[in-house]
Amino acid sequence: MKKYIDTGKKDTRSGFGVGLLKAGQADKRVVALTADLKGSLKMDAFAAEFPERFIQCGIAEANMVGAAAGLAITGKIPFIGSFAEFVTGRVYDQIRQEVAYGNTNVKIASSHAGITLGEDGATHQTMEDIALMRALPGMVVLNPCDFNQTMQATIAAAKYEGPVYLRFGRPSVPNFTPEDEPFEIGKAIVLNEGSDVTLIATGHTVWESLLAAEALEAEGIKAEVINMATIKPLDEKAVIASARKTGAVVVVEEHNMAGGLGEAVAGVLARELPTPMVFVNGEDKFGQSGTPSALMAAYGLDALHIAEAAKKAVAKK
Amino acid sequence: MAKTNEELKQIATQVRRDILRMVCMAKSGHPGGSMSSTDVLTTLYFNEMNQNPVTWRRDGKGQDMFILSAGHMTPVYYSVLARAGYFPVSELATFRQMGTRLQGHPSIRKGLPGIFQASGSLGQGLSAAAGLALGKKLDKDDNFVYCLCGDGESEEGQIWEAGMFAVFHKLDNLIAMTDWNGKQIDGPVDQVAGEGDLAAKWEAWGWRTIVADGHDFEAIRKAFELAKAGKGSGIPTMILFKSEMGHGVDFMAGTHKWHGSVPKPEQLEDALKQLGETPLGDF
Repeated sequence: MKKYIDTGKKDTRSGFGVGLLKAGQADKRVVALTADLKGSLKMDAFAAEFPERFIQCGIAEANMVGAAAGLAITGKIPFIGSFAEFVTGRVYDQIRQEVAYGNTNVKIASSHAGITLGEDGATHQTMEDIALMRALPGMVVLNPCDFNQTMQATIAAAKYEGPVYLRFGRPSVPNFTPEDEPFEIGKAIVLNEGSDVTLIATGHTVWESLLAAEALEAEGIKAEVINMATIKPLDEKAVIASARKTGAVVVVEEHNMAGGLGEAVAGVLARELPTPMVFVNGEDKFGQSGTPSALMAAYGLDALHIAEAAKKAVAKK
Repeated sequence: MAKTNEELKQIATQVRRDILRMVCMAKSGHPGGSMSSTDVLTTLYFNEMNQNPVTWRRDGKGQDMFILSAGHMTPVYYSVLARAGYFPVSELATFRQMGTRLQGHPSIRKGLPGIFQASGSLGQGLSAAAGLALGKKLDKDDNFVYCLCGDGESEEGQIWEAGMFAVFHKLDNLIAMTDWNGKQIDGPVDQVAGEGDLAAKWEAWGWRTIVADGHDFEAIRKAFELAKAGKGSGIPTMILFKSEMGHGVDFMAGTHKWHGSVPKPEQLEDALKQLGETPLGDF
């Protein structure tokens, strides 16, 4: 199996912070807005270098979305940052009208997504955000897997013309993708080739899926691992090609079943190539307080559970 | 060239005729608030705004911009835009029909010139307008951003979020207006939500607050003049235009019942007779 080196654990939100600064340096149209979460979103460096282009909105997310849309209409490239729940569920209608329907060039920087937000508990842990954003016509949905990829995804989002939902998180996770690999929106990345089962993962669960593939290899099961950092538009060709090759698919995500990557992949395969599938996700539950790793284990999103799911998928063939 | 009050009055009369004919042809739409804000929007587009239908572009560079936060007032908005030359007045006949550029609520997706942003879900336009105003500040573009809200709409909390934001960011190039007609779908505003004294509230929020008669062209002009004089003060301006829902037609005036209802054919005939014809002609 292809080896990936963890160059040191880092949080994906810090990858966003670096990416935002680089995007701001490359293009003066980039502006950043936050609703009293500058530090949490790692916007400090951008704010220090471009004080005029950093816009503090206070704890008023609805207005932040509208103000960003207005800025975008005048030609700016606004990134709005808050916790995932507060830039999706809390402001769904604002995003729908001002950003998606209004087709404004707004980038939604969504930090602390999923249960790995940890100790704050369920009010702050959204497991529904991908479903909400996927449902909006034309919205691009990105969920990069580590620091480097989040940095690159941020730069790609700034260059892309149109609404983007960029999802990342709080915990430090292995940083293993190449620092200089440009992020290509809509392109799946095959991290490991395999012939027995496909593991399609997104976000924090990508590294766990690599660990699961290693464990499976020891048992003689060759798992293909796909990093699906773009959830919408989904790389359907990559999904179909891999499913055709392995004949069994597991989809892994730190998100609930309803409306997530699992259903997106299932939709493609049901239409094009019905394939035995197993889903690893937060099912139909709210989160709770705990450390990120304890929560990932408790909700069955770690390598151990992914490997079990892969064996179930193989058995369904 | 600036219009005289008489000329504005004539245009406004024609706009009210357009509004009623549009909603009757579409058998739907919102005439009440459209008629209460007709005189203000007519003055805005024909006398106050630095705008040009020929060179119009969505990013508003080098021109004033306008956001209709109370998006249901499309009949007056489309009529004023058409009469100002943004698109042919004949197109008003397509209002709310399949395939039209004149969607029930403003859309930027149909290529209708003059529309800067989608609206309809209430309470959001003032935020967008604040974003436009901030964008102009960053670009050192000296033009104004105007925004029209409803008083019923101002029950939405986001209006007050935007109010705080505009003061904090010193958006003195933002001129907001409220069509203070005192009515909303379910009844008089003070019986539906207890909104209270909007003037006192906006003043408390830190805005330069002007109250003016929304049906007196001289008063409307003066209000805009005063609002524009706020440039350089670092403070945004709110003009509260006291108005009457359904203004201009006796059986429609002053009642919430015409917020989203359409006159019957014989009522339309009566209403058009009351308004009288103008040399501008119907679409």
